[in-house]
Amino acid sequence: MIYDPNRKSLPQTKIEGSQATARQTAELLRSVISQQRVPYTNQAGALIDAMKVVGEQLIAANPVELAVGNIVRRVLHIIREEDLSLTTAAISGMNLSAVSDDDDDGDRDDHPVLSAAAVAAAARSTLRPPSLHTLLEDMPGSAAVPHTSSSGGDSEGKTADKSTITRKLKHDVIEAVNELIQDIITCHEQIAEQAVEHIHQKELSSLHGLHASICSEVLEVILTLGSSRTVLEFLCAAKEKKRSFRVFVAEGAPRYQGHLLAKELVARGLQTTLITDSAVFAMISRVNMVIVGAHVVMANGGVIAPVGLNMVALAAQKHAVPFVVLAGSHKLCPLYPHNPEVLLNELRSPSELLDFGEFSDCMDFGSGTGSPLLHVVNPTFDYVPPKLVSLFITDTGGHNPSYMYRLIADYYSADDLVIQRKPTTGN
Amino acid sequence: MEPRRTSRAVIDPKVRQVGFFTATPPPPPDPIRSSSTSPPPPLINISPSGNSLSPVMIPPPRHPSDSLVLRRPPSSLDSDFYPPPSPTTTASAGDMSDDIIVSPPGKAGGRASLKNPQSAAASVPSGGFVTAGLVKVASSVPATGLTTVSVVNLPPGISAGGAVSVEVQNERPVSSKPLKEKTSKAERRALQEAQRAAKAAAKVEGSKTSIVASSNAKPTKPAKPPSQKNDNVTIVAASEKKGGDRPLEKDRKKDVPHPRMQYDDKSRVEKAKRRSVVKQTEARNRVELFRHLPQYEHGTQLPDLQSKFFELDTVHPAVYKVGLQYLNGDLCGGNARCIAMLQAFQEAIKDYSTPPEKTLTRDLTAKISSYVSFFIECRPLSISMGNAIRFLKNRIAKLPITLTESEAKATIQSDIDLFINEKIIIADKVIVKHAVTKIRDGDVLLTYGSSSAVEMILLHAHELGKQFRVVVVDSRPKLEGKLLLRRLVEKGVNCTYTHINAISYILHEVTRVFLGASSVLSNGTVYSRVGTACVAMVAHAFRVPVLVCCEAYKFHERVQLDSICSNELGDPNVISKVSGREDINYLDGWANSQNLQLPNLIYDATPSDYVSMIITDYGMVPPTSVPVIVREYRREHWM
Repeated sequence: MIYDPNRKSLPQTKIEGSQATARQTAELLRSVISQQRVPYTNQAGALIDAMKVVGEQLIAANPVELAVGNIVRRVLHIIREEDLSLTTAAISGMNLSAVSDDDDDGDRDDHPVLSAAAVAAAARSTLRPPSLHTLLEDMPGSAAVPHTSSSGGDSEGKTADKSTITRKLKHDVIEAVNELIQDIITCHEQIAEQAVEHIHQKELSSLHGLHASICSEVLEVILTLGSSRTVLEFLCAAKEKKRSFRVFVAEGAPRYQGHLLAKELVARGLQTTLITDSAVFAMISRVNMVIVGAHVVMANGGVIAPVGLNMVALAAQKHAVPFVVLAGSHKLCPLYPHNPEVLLNELRSPSELLDFGEFSDCMDFGSGTGSPLLHVVNPTFDYVPPKLVSLFITDTGGHNPSYMYRLIADYYSADDLVIQRKPTTGN
Repeated sequence: MEPRRTSRAVIDPKVRQVGFFTATPPPPPDPIRSSSTSPPPPLINISPSGNSLSPVMIPPPRHPSDSLVLRRPPSSLDSDFYPPPSPTTTASAGDMSDDIIVSPPGKAGGRASLKNPQSAAASVPSGGFVTAGLVKVASSVPATGLTTVSVVNLPPGISAGGAVSVEVQNERPVSSKPLKEKTSKAERRALQEAQRAAKAAAKVEGSKTSIVASSNAKPTKPAKPPSQKNDNVTIVAASEKKGGDRPLEKDRKKDVPHPRMQYDDKSRVEKAKRRSVVKQTEARNRVELFRHLPQYEHGTQLPDLQSKFFELDTVHPAVYKVGLQYLNGDLCGGNARCIAMLQAFQEAIKDYSTPPEKTLTRDLTAKISSYVSFFIECRPLSISMGNAIRFLKNRIAKLPITLTESEAKATIQSDIDLFINEKIIIADKVIVKHAVTKIRDGDVLLTYGSSSAVEMILLHAHELGKQFRVVVVDSRPKLEGKLLLRRLVEKGVNCTYTHINAISYILHEVTRVFLGASSVLSNGTVYSRVGTACVAMVAHAFRVPVLVCCEAYKFHERVQLDSICSNELGDPNVISKVSGREDINYLDGWANSQNLQLPNLIYDATPSDYVSMIITDYGMVPPTSVPVIVREYRREHWM
């Protein structure tokens, strides 16, 4: 199958960063969809099943990289929504369908409109599963599988339209996945656009003529740890908007990505201070805001973030400094964490902390007893509980941690949350 | 006499400032000391005190009373709030026989003298007798003392003691009864004036200079207005005189940069620079936030200093060696630095001989002060070192005057040995004994960086056969944890090693956190290697007890809330270069960029809320009890 090599490349080549992973996943799924041969009946169901099979493998390849699962679910959600919108369109205008068959070109233009409406409907329908209203109203009915049933009925109803609908569904889905990819690519800019609203401008312009030291002491100070492209773009956007501030960058120990970020910031003319991670607590009393990137945002508002951020968040809380997390919507994960420090973590090579053989001289006698005397722990991620997060800034705006579950309902359908397990049991 | 006095006049204002800050380790140069140092012709022992006090006496009548009144606030202040000065007082008292009497009351202003001014007065005569041949004067003394007391009694009794002392001193030079009797009237007037003056200018500073002037004018009987000021002088003198430990020559005193000098004060920095032995070039990219701390280019001074090795005859070679070790970072760790410093002092004292025309106590303290200033140039003193220096100077100042030079040297050397043994080595043993009781089988103990005390605890517990695991948390730039890890693993202790960023991950399995400290401040703040606060904070968040191990000699009465106001900055280059990781080279070539700052903080302050317990040689105490230990400890050793 065509997705095979790609899929392998995901874990093997170690794509860094959840954004790249998400994009690659989405592109992979897009190619899978376009390759997928769709049956005449229940095409949506077939697509979904195909997606699940691929998705399950992808997720299994790197269970810690939750962005993969997020994108698989997003695509599943898209398929459902497109299917729903198509059927509703078909039902509402049986006559129209004949027309649309003929001019495919015109249809393409219509699609955005249609799918936009569908998205709205989708939002409503996805809302339904968790809402009390649906629980009370639709309990007796088959609320759990409204989409598939409708599409099934639909395909039964008009065999004549089958081919068109099939083509249309695939087409729509691919279109929507393209949009998703576009969203993933542009999420930095969208987040960065909000920078001005969050980085305060102190009364500096009038002081500009004065001595530099006076100005610099008034500067707003922002602290970050490690390196995140979102954060970089965010800060640069603020800088372009003539906000003047100083950035403290904690180096982010075993990987020292902070050095990279510091270099980028300095190159763009921002006042940058690079500190060791251990100095975070010492410096945070002079910081106005902490802005960091995330690896994944969980449904409860907790954040899986680069290692060390929990410490920073605690320090920020101690000094009542706002702790702001920037996250593209592809980082929203519909799962709730359980013991995330262990289960959603990845332990990297000890060689980042100790050189190989560095302690071999004093370890000799330890080998006889069986268990080695020395362990080296080098986790990649930290879990920051929601109570430590002041604000999430996503490409759709700022949100409270407590709102995350709701935001997630916009992007994922409730059926897909558990879905990856169904195939597992089936297999 | 005259020239000396003038010199003091010049110095006095400065002294005052210094006195205020004396709390910090190396006591500032005492002007009076310097003046007194060159012994007056006849009675060497007595003369110093006479000299120092003489300015006061000059306007005989009012002074006592005035001084009393005025003195009250400052003296009490000194003794109560600014502990260091008072100890110094005693110190000076120790070396001059007649002073002994005088000084206690002065210091006692806050404490003891209140109880029985009479006794103080009574004691005065004895002091007087000691002063050679001035028996007559001595007899006069008690009377005056009593009168003053009665006068003084109207104002709070505190001052009585001080008054007595002043009088005694006054008499010696003047030695005229009639004058004194007149005094009482004048006293009252002066008293009023003094009160007014005290209200007007609580801070004596401005007046001091004038005071000095007046004191200079002593031969010509002083006019009234100056008299108040004179009183002030006495106060100052009294409080300062105590500093028996100050450098002799004027320049000497100056050359001890104030330990807590604020480096954003340009004029002072300039002055300090001119005197310094170590030529520090200022870092080009100074960190804005830390302008008040010294920021120098690192690695440049060493060759320069080495080349000067044979030229610097003022600095003893042993001291020089230790200083260089501080400078290039070979010696680090609070205890190691402190012990090295004390041993260098021992060496220096061994080779010391009192120059002719000088007294051992004063000249030696001056010497020590100059050494200390050299150390400070090499690397800012740690608080524990400051405490040790204070102890040493006190011991020197308290040396019985009867000792011969060799005896005195031997005493001091044994005192230093005692300090090292009792306050550091045995204290550590006691701490280990206490802390081991907190380790149980199956514990997972976390420690940060490398603390000698914690290491001893872990090794001792291991020797006792306790089954436990150690998590060594480390952080850049020093990576001291690796050294500790190596030593522990070599002893067969089961260890886990990780970076400070992973602290939240590893704390899930930890049952106790053991931390070392550079100092414990009296508000319970633990001043320690940077990162300690992070570890303590996360441990607190995870409800893991945090035990801080710290010898009591490192306790200090200073208070601090954050890590920025007082800290030390290391070499910025180690921040931009990650040792052992050549792949991290993003900042090569950027380090000198105008926009990039690289503060290398050495210490941070852990708030007391994160500390569950402090283990000291006095037992295991909560952080709230630190001030108690500070007080008790001081009483034991510095009074």
